[in-house]
Amino acid sequence: MAQTTVVESYTGPTPQELARKYGLGTAGRLPSLPEYTRQLWAYRHFIWEFASAKVSAALGNTRLGMIWQVLTPLINAGVYYVIFGVLLNTKRDTDNFIAYLCAGVFIFGYTQSVVQTGVQAVSGNLGLIRALHFPRASLPISIALVEARNMIASMAVLIAIVLFTGEPINWQWLLIIPALLLQTIFNAGAAMLVSRLGSKLHDLRQLIPFIMRVWLYGSAVLYPVTKYTEHLHGWKLAVIEANPVLVFIELIRHALMENVTLAGSPMLLWTEAAVWALVVGIGGYAYFWRGEKGYGRG
Amino acid sequence: MADTERVPTIIADNAHIIYRIHGSIGPHQSSPLSSFKRLVTRQKSTAIREVHAVKGASFVAYRGEAIGLIGTNGSGKSTLLRAIAGLLPVERGGAIYASGQPSLLGVNAALMNDLSGERNVTLGCLAMGMTPAQVKEKVDDIIEFSGINERGDFSSLPMRTYSSGMSARLRFAIAAAKKHDVLLIDEALATGDAKFRKRSEQRVRDLRAEAGTVFLVSHSEQSIRDTCERSIWLEGGVIKADGPTEDVMKEYETFVKK
Ligand SMILES: Nc1ncnc2c1ncn2[C@@H]1O[C@H](COP(=O)(O)OP(=O)(O)OP(=O)(O)O)[C@@H](O)[C@H]1O
Ligand SMILES: [Mg+2]
Repeated sequence: MAQTTVVESYTGPTPQELARKYGLGTAGRLPSLPEYTRQLWAYRHFIWEFASAKVSAALGNTRLGMIWQVLTPLINAGVYYVIFGVLLNTKRDTDNFIAYLCAGVFIFGYTQSVVQTGVQAVSGNLGLIRALHFPRASLPISIALVEARNMIASMAVLIAIVLFTGEPINWQWLLIIPALLLQTIFNAGAAMLVSRLGSKLHDLRQLIPFIMRVWLYGSAVLYPVTKYTEHLHGWKLAVIEANPVLVFIELIRHALMENVTLAGSPMLLWTEAAVWALVVGIGGYAYFWRGEKGYGRG
Repeated sequence: MADTERVPTIIADNAHIIYRIHGSIGPHQSSPLSSFKRLVTRQKSTAIREVHAVKGASFVAYRGEAIGLIGTNGSGKSTLLRAIAGLLPVERGGAIYASGQPSLLGVNAALMNDLSGERNVTLGCLAMGMTPAQVKEKVDDIIEFSGINERGDFSSLPMRTYSSGMSARLRFAIAAAKKHDVLLIDEALATGDAKFRKRSEQRVRDLRAEAGTVFLVSHSEQSIRDTCERSIWLEGGVIKADGPTEDVMKEYETFVKK
């Protein structure tokens, strides 16, 4: 078959030289980290809109719509109240067990839902990734943002519960703001971490429920934190007490409740929370950025 | 040929593109036992399969050119466009160089089906890097151009209620709202009716006049002949011919008729 080839026979410059001469970049070049951050910042409106779009798409075809944002945490608290408050009657051990329990359930649930949906942030949006060009970190970050917005409704419910169970309001309550901010940074980093892992290791999604279960038992959500100091020693106790979600839960309980026994001094807890947020936030971001050009591959 | 003042916008240099598919479970590995056996015997996992979609493509595209990309189904046209847009990585050893950020406009470009057309316009424009102010300015124009409101207020209904032609029109309208250095069109015009096709072909010519390069994938011979003077014929991931549309078309037709 005769080839009608009119492709330039490169007598002169090689493709690389030609590209350099006219200032063409490779289509798959990885931007530097500061450059990537700038791009991401330029896409902040997209991230915000994508997060809102996700919420409306998820709730748009339910009859109650946005009411679910408040209803979900309420039902959640109700279920735990019935099981632990009424049926098992765990109340004896702790003052105001209901508030104690709900703080744990909501704060743990925040990180849990980010990790669960974050695993699919990349692998579940391959169509979008292969169709449009945007910094891919927008996806896990929007997921963290969606959950952060849900968390605002959960916090309102939690505060109502805490007030209702007889805790007095005081200035310490303001501490929930920095605590939640640190947890949000931690969550965003975790979302980026698991979304890159999940884009390559598809088996991870099957393991997540078990990992979350273990994490739940290690976070003093369903029983008082003093159980650990009674039963564990040495490195096991150290590992449990460094658990980031346990730290965040303790900080919230400390802020909202009067008589609560903490795993460590507040100072230590705040330091741990800040370190966790920075390490996971920045580490997760850098790790995700390294993989930027490969996400379309699937 | 006056080569001297021709400015290249896309240079493909021996580009190979491979899809890797996970979890394609074949008939021989549907039980836990066989999966386990595979793990133990360290057989190369058949759960990861490779599709070598483009095999060493090399070409240079210049500013002001409209290039038609033709070939049978599954020959790698859409894959090549995705790689040019930087959405799929090119294997080591080859490269695709591009000026600016090429934009791909495809029929299966994912917009969110549960959201209204208007919301999708906003999202699409933001994803192309526009600012919210620019988006606000353009939304009405885009919906107007797409013509989805000709038969009632459809722009506020979810996109899953649109006909395939309507969603294709909306997608094209979104992508065409922005100036592109390099515009890659993947059969986006095929499902529109005659009236819209005419309007969109005019838009393609306008975009090209704004000093860009346009790639057009289409199975409509007429579209290609009308808009492109150069064509590339891709078959089984290999470039079979590259040259003036007339010549390439002739070869392609004899191949198809065989
Ligand atoms: N997402 C994907 N994952 C794995 N393989 C894919 C994927 N998309 C396409 N392929 C494979 O790559 C090859 C080329 O596909 P491509 O979509 O580029 O063809 P095409 O030329 O655009 O065909 P058509 O004319 O039907 O649009 C095919 O063998 C196809 O099976
Ligand atoms: Mg195609």
